[in-house]
Amino acid sequence: MSAVATVNAGPKRGWKSLSTWIGAVIVGAAMICAIFAPLLVPHDPFAQDLAKRLQVPFWMAGTDPAHLLGTDQLGRDYLSRLIWGCRISMLIGVTVTVVSGLIGITIGVLGGFFGGRIDDAVLFAITTRLSIPVVLVALAVVGLLGTSMTLLVLTLGLLLWDRFAVVARSTTMQVRNLDFVAAAWCAGCSRLRVLSREVLPNIASHLVVVATLEIALAILLEATLSFLGLGVPPPLPSWGLMIAEAKDYMFFSPWVIVIPGVALFTLVLGINLLGDGLRDLFGARTDT
Amino acid sequence: MLSFLTRRLIVALLVAATVMTLAFVLTRLSGDLATSIAGANATQADIEVIRKAYGLDRPVLTQFFDWVGRALTGDLGNSYFFQTRVSTLIAERMPVTLTLGITGLLIALFVSIPLGILAAVREGTGFDRAVQMVALLGQAMPSFWLGLLLMITFGLQLGWLPISGTGSWENFVMPGVVLAFSAIPALTRLTRAGMIQAMGSDYIRTARAKGLSRASILLKHALRNAAIPVVAIAAVQLGFMLGGSIVIEQVFALHGVGFLAWESIAKNDFPVVQAVVLVLAVIYVALTMVADLMNAVLDPRLRV
Repeated sequence: MSAVATVNAGPKRGWKSLSTWIGAVIVGAAMICAIFAPLLVPHDPFAQDLAKRLQVPFWMAGTDPAHLLGTDQLGRDYLSRLIWGCRISMLIGVTVTVVSGLIGITIGVLGGFFGGRIDDAVLFAITTRLSIPVVLVALAVVGLLGTSMTLLVLTLGLLLWDRFAVVARSTTMQVRNLDFVAAAWCAGCSRLRVLSREVLPNIASHLVVVATLEIALAILLEATLSFLGLGVPPPLPSWGLMIAEAKDYMFFSPWVIVIPGVALFTLVLGINLLGDGLRDLFGARTDT
Repeated sequence: MLSFLTRRLIVALLVAATVMTLAFVLTRLSGDLATSIAGANATQADIEVIRKAYGLDRPVLTQFFDWVGRALTGDLGNSYFFQTRVSTLIAERMPVTLTLGITGLLIALFVSIPLGILAAVREGTGFDRAVQMVALLGQAMPSFWLGLLLMITFGLQLGWLPISGTGSWENFVMPGVVLAFSAIPALTRLTRAGMIQAMGSDYIRTARAKGLSRASILLKHALRNAAIPVVAIAAVQLGFMLGGSIVIEQVFALHGVGFLAWESIAKNDFPVVQAVVLVLAVIYVALTMVADLMNAVLDPRLRV
């Protein structure tokens, strides 16, 4: 892996690097929030209290100790909504990546493994996919069919498989010509066996790195769509939706958009840091 | 060269045709368009009138070939809501989106090329790592949120820039910066990687041996070679930016093509929606072709 080491010059890579650890801690905390959200929330994230609207967070004067991060325009506890929002972000990020990964890896591996006409078709599919404006098409689908979590996940999954396909295709092409694959052919293995036992395990580390980056991208896109009003349906507390609902109050109380925004930014940054660390660890290349 | 050109052109046309089909299918996903156009309070008679008026009573395939046939002559149909030709609507809104996209791209290039060069020259130092960190931060920044933060800071608290509208160049500063953020990480990384590769090559060693100045080696020899992929990716990034400007146009109330699409989605104005998808895709395909051509012209090894 000396070639990779010279390209990514830096003193510490992988688990020796501080940034990988920061990423791992952020992602770990987000996973705990996502899984145990119902146990962690101090209040019901959906309970409104119009007498306690727009309470300020703990670092400002006149804060209510019962609401550490204040309340929103309907008096709902902001910390509880933030934790619940983490659950939604992580859920969408992971499920979208499962859908897009299944599509992208399948067609990428097929193209890279068989080459020829099949590969031409795969390349054409990737080119076509890249020419489609993702946000616009996702908005149009959700706008026409109505907002729901399932629809959102399927739409984003169907739109975000390109990087999986590109990386699966190029890495399969490299692995296909290696000696151990030739040995498997000589031993009389079937195509399916060569694919599943020889090729897939050897490109898996690259795909794991792509998956982390795709989770981050899906979380950002979900927040964007929810912000535009065509993502997660209210009253679910998606971070993007929280920013959209708080937008009218942002000039007088900026913290209402700062808090969910910082959460979103930190989570995406954490996933990317972890992904970069894993890439260095595996010596994988994801640049296309 | 000619065969390279024709092959690229055929692929581009096929991609455009596929996107055209997808855009048509997309707008038919909701099932009965006439019902959704008529709204919740419409009677069955109203729905029938709308179905007839918009030609939705014809078989789907007839509608499809009609749309394709007209689109080939530049007629993208009529908007249901604005009661004008879709092509006129898009042409009216395109200057705003193009201004925004090009402003964003110029800001991105202006930031990422110097940063990439400096990071490459000081490879492995604290500065290099700081630049890579900035790229990571930019990648994680939600564009709509950055837009709102800039509005609060520079629009309201400092009062330097207008927060909405398209009246003067000042209106494009904040949206341009936000849009640039989406391209800066990729362009910086590419410049850095290209420069590092170029600096390690034989012709740079020769240039050094000849006793050329450091600036001349960097800018004349290394940058020229590193710039080829950067310029090509910049063209592709412009395509992504035009597609992604829908969010920023919404935040800053810029009435460009993205805003038009968003309005049309909300109003079930499907001829506009399918036309905007098609137009943005065609622009993207054209820009990637330009990028490929630039690569081929600048680097003869790529003309396969």
